[in-house]
Amino acid sequence: MSENIIALTGLTKAYGSLKAVDGLNLYIKKGEVFGLLGPNGAGKSTTILMMLGLTEPTAGSVAVCGIDSTKHPIEVKRRVGYLPDEVGFYENRSGLENLLYTARLNRVPAEEAAVRATRLLQRVGLYDVKDKKTRTYSRGMRQRLGLADVLIKQPEVIILDEPTLGIDPTGVREFLDLIVQLSREEKITVLLSSHHLHQVQQVCDRVGIFVGGKLLAEGDIPTLSGILFEGEPYTIEAGVAVSVADPSKPDSTSPLIVHLQQQLVETKGVRSVLYDNGLFRIGCTHDAASLIASAIVGAGLGLTHLSRKAYGLDDIYNRYFEGSTSYEQAS
Amino acid sequence: MNKLLNTITSLKQQLRVAHLRHNLTVIAGRGAQEGGKAEAPHPFRVIVDKEITDHVRSWRFIILLSLILLTCFGSLYISISNFSKAIKPDDPDGAFFFLKLFTASDGTMPPFHVLMGFLGPLLGISLGFDAINSEQHSGTLSRILSQPIHRDYLINAKFAASLTVISVLFFALGFLVMGLGLIIIGIPPTPGEFMRVVFFILLNILHVAFWLNLSILFSVLLRQPATSALAAIAVWLFFSIFYQLIIKLIAQAFMPSQMAPPEAVIKYQELILNLLRIVPTQLYSDATVTLLMPSVRSLGPLTMEQVYGAIPSPLPLSQSLLIVWPQLTGLIAATVLCFAISYYSFMRREIRSR
Repeated sequence: MSENIIALTGLTKAYGSLKAVDGLNLYIKKGEVFGLLGPNGAGKSTTILMMLGLTEPTAGSVAVCGIDSTKHPIEVKRRVGYLPDEVGFYENRSGLENLLYTARLNRVPAEEAAVRATRLLQRVGLYDVKDKKTRTYSRGMRQRLGLADVLIKQPEVIILDEPTLGIDPTGVREFLDLIVQLSREEKITVLLSSHHLHQVQQVCDRVGIFVGGKLLAEGDIPTLSGILFEGEPYTIEAGVAVSVADPSKPDSTSPLIVHLQQQLVETKGVRSVLYDNGLFRIGCTHDAASLIASAIVGAGLGLTHLSRKAYGLDDIYNRYFEGSTSYEQAS
Repeated sequence: MNKLLNTITSLKQQLRVAHLRHNLTVIAGRGAQEGGKAEAPHPFRVIVDKEITDHVRSWRFIILLSLILLTCFGSLYISISNFSKAIKPDDPDGAFFFLKLFTASDGTMPPFHVLMGFLGPLLGISLGFDAINSEQHSGTLSRILSQPIHRDYLINAKFAASLTVISVLFFALGFLVMGLGLIIIGIPPTPGEFMRVVFFILLNILHVAFWLNLSILFSVLLRQPATSALAAIAVWLFFSIFYQLIIKLIAQAFMPSQMAPPEAVIKYQELILNLLRIVPTQLYSDATVTLLMPSVRSLGPLTMEQVYGAIPSPLPLSQSLLIVWPQLTGLIAATVLCFAISYYSFMRREIRSR
């Protein structure tokens, strides 16, 4: 168990009758990049606040680096760097001054602090603007300064709450690459909360899906899709037209479609068939693309495109958040 | 004029020496650090240092400073131009020339201690009204509190920093007025007078500390800096204008009849006085008057028996202090109460990022 650098057991936080976090069990290993994925208001930030001892849990326990965050928040905060979702700096101070202030609060000796600050500013690409006031910084620059600010105390764990919010796509890419690089080089455990699945997919070793205060599933992405889409690892999308000559989309009640749907369901390996506005969505146990194609063409319809899909986080996400009712029915 | 120039040059020299000495200690300190184990300053010190720098660099402080400087020189000018009139042969305070600098006035402008009673709250409120909520607003609060510091460091350090700034400011101004007065009127203060002025400055600091704590309390309780500033100013206005009106109404309602025995009248007067003394500014003005006018022997009504046989002579400093002791305790208690409430609500608070 000593491997678990973050251990949350039965963690609950209630605001009156509302349970923001409900009986959360989560274990994160040393050196891992863990993504906490959930929609807004799922309780991600509350969980993070409890890990840092910035708010008290109603029930359950939090241990970070083997230390109870509720009882000894100072010890935890010495080892953990936290980047809040909307990080702010003292605007009338320069970026370098802000960094040095954090270093001094962590009792880093002045010379050591200057060395570290310079190195980190170079690292996050802010060395040229280090003496500019932070009020002139853009959102992305602030976020990168925030990362430097988190790292200056040389933490064992860094917790990033929605770190990519409001940065442009290239900025996000660079920022995430930086996080991964740093975590690999310095062997830092990273906990990243986000509602942005693509970013989580890019960088995280493991993902926990967090909805309504509960952890619905956790694991790496293949495992997650395996659990979620049990028996239907392949989805084939087929776009159809009324005929080869007529590109308009056939109505779902037209006899041709109803017949084809019946035919597809009977095809070997097909588990489910959905039709909506010119698009078939077929779930199969194995790759049945060629059979499906020949069935569509055989029915006299025009096949406009055929694509095979493996599941990504997108689908996992949809399955949980947008189609949450269907998930609940299924379970 | 020449005299003044001379003093200024000598002051400059002294400053230079002080600066050099400071540099030397810094170098020595650095040497000690390198020699021993490199020891960084305590985080509390770090926050206090930063807050003081912020205050001193801010426009707000410069505006306040110029306001208070104007007050100082204005009242100094008024008191010096009325100096000869202020000293009357039958005045029991007549021997205290120097204290007249702080109390003399011809009515065009209130004397120094009244002005300070008016400006003090403004100074306290403006230094504290955005202590916590502006940090919350700019998103720095959660970042600072996720550093390995105790949560109360922040609020304590903010208070300590503002108090340091105020103390330095008031001592500088008090001594400036004393120095200039000394140069202009040419009469040195007696040790008693000097101590009275020192206690007067301390009292000013205490008074501002109360308002500072009240505004810090509002900055913890209210999320918008503008609202908390307004709330503190509202309290100030209420106490300085409306409270007196309300007390007047109560006083009229409870006025004893002409036939009432003297004990009842005294009781009534004491009740009204005590009601007035709920206001910190009243406590402050009671205390300053006693300190700066040594002939004040009591702040309540005196019976004929108590006055009978008393010589109208000034009190020694220790006796004056004894008279204002309840006022001082009251002010300190009010300050501590405000601080305790803000402390309690800040420690229990959940720190969200914005």
